[in-house]
Amino acid sequence: MAEDLPFEKPITELRGKISELKAFTAEKGIDLSGEIEKLEARMEQLEEDIYGNMSPWNRVQIARHNNRPTTLDYIERLFTDFLELHGDRLYGDDEAIVGGIAKYKGRPVTVIGHQRGKGTKENLRRNFGMPHPEGYRKAMRLMKQAEKFKRPIINFIDTKGAYPGMAAEERGQSEAIARNLIEMADLNVPVICVVIGEGGSGGALALGVGDRIYMLENSTYSVISPEGAAALLWKDAGQAQRAAETMKITAPDLKELDLIDGIITEVRGGAHRDVEKQAAYIDETLTSALEELAEVKEEEIVQKRYEKFNNIGQYDYVNGTNSVN
Amino acid sequence: MLRDLFSKKKKYATIPSEEAKQEVPEGLMTKCPQCKSIMYTKELKKNLSVCDSCGFHHRLTAYDRMDTIFDPETFEEFDHDIIAKDPLNFPSYQEKSKADREKTGLNEAIVTGKGKIDGYPAVVGVMDARFRMGSMGSVVGEKINRAIERAIEEDKPFILFAASGGARMQEGVFSLMQMAKTSTALNRLSNAGNLFISVMTHPTTGGVSASFASLGDINLAEPKALIGFAGRRIIEQTIRQELPEDFQTAEFLLKHGQLDRVVERKELKETLKTILSIHSPLSEEAVKEQLEPNEQEV
Repeated sequence: MAEDLPFEKPITELRGKISELKAFTAEKGIDLSGEIEKLEARMEQLEEDIYGNMSPWNRVQIARHNNRPTTLDYIERLFTDFLELHGDRLYGDDEAIVGGIAKYKGRPVTVIGHQRGKGTKENLRRNFGMPHPEGYRKAMRLMKQAEKFKRPIINFIDTKGAYPGMAAEERGQSEAIARNLIEMADLNVPVICVVIGEGGSGGALALGVGDRIYMLENSTYSVISPEGAAALLWKDAGQAQRAAETMKITAPDLKELDLIDGIITEVRGGAHRDVEKQAAYIDETLTSALEELAEVKEEEIVQKRYEKFNNIGQYDYVNGTNSVN
Repeated sequence: MLRDLFSKKKKYATIPSEEAKQEVPEGLMTKCPQCKSIMYTKELKKNLSVCDSCGFHHRLTAYDRMDTIFDPETFEEFDHDIIAKDPLNFPSYQEKSKADREKTGLNEAIVTGKGKIDGYPAVVGVMDARFRMGSMGSVVGEKINRAIERAIEEDKPFILFAASGGARMQEGVFSLMQMAKTSTALNRLSNAGNLFISVMTHPTTGGVSASFASLGDINLAEPKALIGFAGRRIIEQTIRQELPEDFQTAEFLLKHGQLDRVVERKELKETLKTILSIHSPLSEEAVKEQLEPNEQEV
């Protein structure tokens, strides 16, 4: 049973009541199916009300849910013959990013993603999915390899951000991220990015320069964590909720602003409630994206990616038609 | 002598009279934030805003920076009229941008254009940390990209002087995406075979450090400039350990292999000229010759 979040409390309570009644029916042999049916209908309505009207902060909580499926959960379900490859060939192997070669519906691909841990022990090993420079460099090595062998690249994004540590700075955190941005711009194979949980700052973007960028319905993508934004803007990390709302970090917000290509439907109540079903939703999007991108000629792909990113931004002119002065 | 050293004699602070205050016009003198010595602002400017007694590199405004680098009367500005929009309807962002425009006389945190450095032409971007901390929003990204396109079109080298706190919070993911936008443009520049020199000045942090500033064919920095990705305070909180004093300075980066050179401001123009001349298709004589008619006009 998934852990429930505070805003799901009414659903949890009702679900508890229903199972109580069911148990009662089984135990005492009294037929309560009428009551149960009524409650189940109410449950349906309640779920629709709550999950259909989630606030940005509710989505942040779901994106961070302990049981939220990770990159490896999706790799296991969407790909065959996955062979994880390790190391940046320079310094080490960063387990906050996993990557390797695999087949997607029989076709060779390279698949990479941030990897959070499950439980404290694995989280420590994977540094809670916050990469060091080695992680970005490993990812880049694998992407270059994909290009050499003409394989499409699929990146899963799920990180709070780059790791704020001394060693990371010593080993060129900035350069490692920047290098990924410029090298990804130059890849002449299709790159598809899917934000599956949190997409935090440069740590997320370092896997994000793709031809298509999708977000799961309850994932977030942001320039800084809501806590960080609140600390900077109002000198109070406690105002994270307000920041989440102001910063426009949810999938629906970013689609509205035309910053992403599409939203992948999420299982009601969050991806963690049915990983198989969620993987199937991602599968649909991946299949059509790969088909679309297969149409783009190799020599056009870099140009198209350049145009895509070059078009991002909103500005005015001092004395122009859009002037705000 | 010794007695003087240990004397307990009270010292009184003198409060300048209103008259005395009026006698020294504002801005006439500047106090060095490092060694606290006080000097004439004019003298300081003549010395490229580097403190005479301790070598501290004072911050330069974008236009002052240009004066230290370009041959007189050679600078031509691009896209002066682009200003920030408010794509997220962020509380008080419009007012803050407007206030910064008035305060600094700049329209945004970067000035772009082209000019000549000892006769060698270059397209440049110069950031100004006084405008929203030099943060990178849509305008900064757009102006950089347009400048890069000009450099490709006119087959000129591109030089960028970074001075930035990083991404601009008030533009959210638009701001984050400017990292990708500027990097994809630099990729085109690189594929076109053009030179890119990145000069990191105080400060070059966050998203700017993790995008174009780190991507020079040659990466230079001014002495003691703060350069890094994650903020010092955040790192200290994360690792609960005190950081070395030189952490995230230009010298620290040089030691860890992240920079080509740390260059003092008074050497900067000469260094840029040398780099440009090595990458220029023109011979030094040809550059001098084309300089001369200009000099005659003056």
